[in-house]
Amino acid sequence: MFDGPSVATALKGCGVTHVVWVPDGVLGQWDAALSADPDLSLIRVCREGEAVAVASGLHLGGKRPIVLMQCTGLFEAGDALRNFIHDLKLPLFFLIGVRSYYAHQQGKTADTCPVFTEPILQAWRLPYVVLDQRHGPGDLADAYRQALAEGRPGAALLAE
Amino acid sequence: MMDPRAALEVLAAHRGDRVVVTTMSAVGVWPQLSDTPLDFAYIPSSMSQGPALGLGLALAQPGRGVVVVNGDGCMLMSLGSLVTVANHPADLYLLIFDNGLYEVTGGQLTAGTGRVDFAAMARAAGISRVYAFDVIDDWRAKAAEALSGPGPVVVWLKIEGKYGQMTPPAPRPMAEQIGRLRRALGQ
Repeated sequence: MFDGPSVATALKGCGVTHVVWVPDGVLGQWDAALSADPDLSLIRVCREGEAVAVASGLHLGGKRPIVLMQCTGLFEAGDALRNFIHDLKLPLFFLIGVRSYYAHQQGKTADTCPVFTEPILQAWRLPYVVLDQRHGPGDLADAYRQALAEGRPGAALLAE
Repeated sequence: MMDPRAALEVLAAHRGDRVVVTTMSAVGVWPQLSDTPLDFAYIPSSMSQGPALGLGLALAQPGRGVVVVNGDGCMLMSLGSLVTVANHPADLYLLIFDNGLYEVTGGQLTAGTGRVDFAAMARAAGISRVYAFDVIDDWRAKAAEALSGPGPVVVWLKIEGKYGQMTPPAPRPMAEQIGRLRRALGQ
């Protein structure tokens, strides 16, 4: 079960200092918890590529950011992602909401978001895990810590 | 209109110990004026992401100050970053070198050449400290003021465009740039 307070606790447990985001309908429900937490800085940006760049600056400056966005934002942010994780080799971590994931599995949607999200992450060579209703914030923390320990970028896809 | 090198010389005289992030054609000139670990040539880049990169650095390093030298073409590609900058106060000094061209691709017009008022856009985004200069002596006279005090600050500079240019090379490999910047920032 993912909710704002438990996600905030999990992120802080990983040492995350800044959450850079463009929320979607699911992630957005965590707004109050993330913005109220004195140990997390919530950075609201206008586009998802911009989120990647802000997170990169934070990382270069010694902070530990995470980027939260919907998969549609991932599609928009491709060039920033390519540049910062491959050209600059910055080990950024992303939590990406996958719109219509469950409906797609059940054949009940024409939304193409679930069709393209994983192939695009594979194309950008960004390792990822999928977090669905069997998972919780502890699994997000585990994925973050593993990427951190390996000094590589990574992503967790949140099934929506 | 200012000569781009002359405009950068003014910056070099007033940047103090701030981080200077250069983008696009400025990357080809700035290392001749300053080449310290606090000079970060953002190339290879994701075009338009310089201001956001600088904002992240400024937020991570309160009190340090970060100058971003951005082009008008880059700025047009991420106008929303002005809103983001306005809403996360940090000591970020965003210089918009407006030559009305996509210079490093040879010199094509942008969608807004000669019509865009970047100062008005910055103010409308919520940035209160905004300067605009089209004469080098005015920039020289006000640079100390513009590049000090609390950010964010936007400085819109009208620059002479050059045709037939190419993307300049980075002064050193990115990994080396990042390593020396981090060391300079005490990491």
